[in-house]
Amino acid sequence: MQVTLPAKPVEQTLLVRRAKRPNWSVLIERALEVFIRLCGVSAVLFVLAIFFFVFKEALPVLTNPKFSLSQFLFSDQWYPTSEVNKRYGVLAMIAGTFSVTVLAMLIAVPFGLGAAVYLSEFCGARAKETLKVVIELLAAIPSVVWGFIGLTVLSRLIVKYTGAAVGVNVLNGGIILALMSVPIIVSIGEDALKAVPDAYREAGIALGATRWQLIWRVLFPAARNGLLAAVLLGVGRAVGETMAVLMATGHAVHIPHSFLDSVRTLTANIAAELGEAPAHSEHYQVLFLMGVLLFIITFLVNLCADLVVRGVRRK
Amino acid sequence: MFEASPLVRRKLRQETLAKWIFAGMAASMILPLLLILIYLIGKAWPSLSPSFLFSVPTRGMRDGGVWPAFIGTIYLVGMSLAVSAPIGVLAAVYLNEYARDNWLNRLINLAVINLAGVPSIVHALFGLGAFVYAARFGYSIISASLTLAIMTMPVIIASTREALASVPLSFREACWNVGATRWQTIRAVVLPNSISGILTGVILQVSRAAGETAPIMFTGVVFFKAIPPGKIFPYGLHEQCMALSMHLFTLSTQVPDVKESIPFATAVVLLGSVLLVNATAIALRVRLRSRKKW
Repeated sequence: MQVTLPAKPVEQTLLVRRAKRPNWSVLIERALEVFIRLCGVSAVLFVLAIFFFVFKEALPVLTNPKFSLSQFLFSDQWYPTSEVNKRYGVLAMIAGTFSVTVLAMLIAVPFGLGAAVYLSEFCGARAKETLKVVIELLAAIPSVVWGFIGLTVLSRLIVKYTGAAVGVNVLNGGIILALMSVPIIVSIGEDALKAVPDAYREAGIALGATRWQLIWRVLFPAARNGLLAAVLLGVGRAVGETMAVLMATGHAVHIPHSFLDSVRTLTANIAAELGEAPAHSEHYQVLFLMGVLLFIITFLVNLCADLVVRGVRRK
Repeated sequence: MFEASPLVRRKLRQETLAKWIFAGMAASMILPLLLILIYLIGKAWPSLSPSFLFSVPTRGMRDGGVWPAFIGTIYLVGMSLAVSAPIGVLAAVYLNEYARDNWLNRLINLAVINLAGVPSIVHALFGLGAFVYAARFGYSIISASLTLAIMTMPVIIASTREALASVPLSFREACWNVGATRWQTIRAVVLPNSISGILTGVILQVSRAAGETAPIMFTGVVFFKAIPPGKIFPYGLHEQCMALSMHLFTLSTQVPDVKESIPFATAVVLLGSVLLVNATAIALRVRLRSRKKW
């Protein structure tokens, strides 16, 4: 059978007409889409700008022949205002940040992951809603209020029960930071546990596993990456926290030997001294260099968390 | 009848034990929140009254109220909101509606995560270097609120994205199929259906911005600034201002011999406003969920 082709193109025979929008409306839409794209990229620009501006202020000290980067990183001598011999070593502050963060994680990780397990495995819908609201409110408490609680409430309790000379120390900062980073660990951890397919749970129960065994042997291994990301984000939060540790850890620049020693963290040091350092002085530039150091640390922690989460999603 | 074997009984015991241990861990989250609230309010009680909110500090901040700080916080939050809400919402629109899954999208995601993860004091350094010095805004409300805006933008981006992603794809497809362009679809279908979720994000940004201290203390917020009493707009945008969070920090660390209940009352005002704002967001979300049609 032979197909007869129409003599004219379809558009002309069937009177197909496309509605035309006025040119200005198309143009406005184009402009708007360009603007939206720009906003989308803005986050990248902001991060670059943060690094650029903080680094720019820190740059003069790096090129200063009297300043040595290895002394900055590996010396615990911090005498920025000394008349005769200014020394800028941040090792004691790194140790301070490290000790407070480790203690905070020792407290927050078991509690946070335990609460995440309870939320995703045990409790009913009602209790879950309530707990989530509580966690959200806990996360909303401003860091300066946490610092205030550490300074006024917790420090007295610590002096009373441990007999420490001062209540503002590693223990105080650690507890406060633990309370601050628990919400993020719970919410990310719960997401990770929720992402484990129900078939895993059913298979475990069918084999006669108790809930306990199910959690330890099935859920934790299956949600390993997500839980790790939760912990890493908690670490990021703890490292970057400023006001709470400024108020709660005391103000001593030395490497701590026990939980009851006062320390100073990198963030707290910047917050405490930036106001006193004359603008564009060497001291000021070193504080910006500490900012660069903090930026790099948190960037790496967040990058790791992101890569780990991405690993989960690919699976 | 079936008698539970010792093994089964042991298993059941373990089961209950596990349940209670995890429940305890979850409950340990409620306890601090309640204790903190009760303790703070109890300590602040002697000073708490409406006049505490509306009067100015007296006797070198050892007495009086928090009005200049409260209004300063409102200034900062309002200004930062005006900058970060439009950019944040549009950024989320881009990420959810336009971006393909390529390297650029991954880069933006990483940037958003990092923007949220950069320590607040580094944001302060950035604000000092960029807005106070490079842009020559000086120590002013503008510098402080721009710093706050950039710092809190990830909150808006994250929650707006979630709200946009919860609009089913079929809604968009239906709109595209009647010939609407991408933007027309966003305006007519996606945004109206996610507006409550976006609002929640904006509200959360407000609470976050109100509580921050570090980014504003070096960019435009001062310990003390006298304002004329009874004036509704006491600050100019190029002036410095006070803020509640900074006020609390100053009162508790820098001012000697302050009446004990004053810093506690300041903490209650700050915490109360923040939690109230958050509760609004939560209530909005609950209502939204109950009304959801899909």
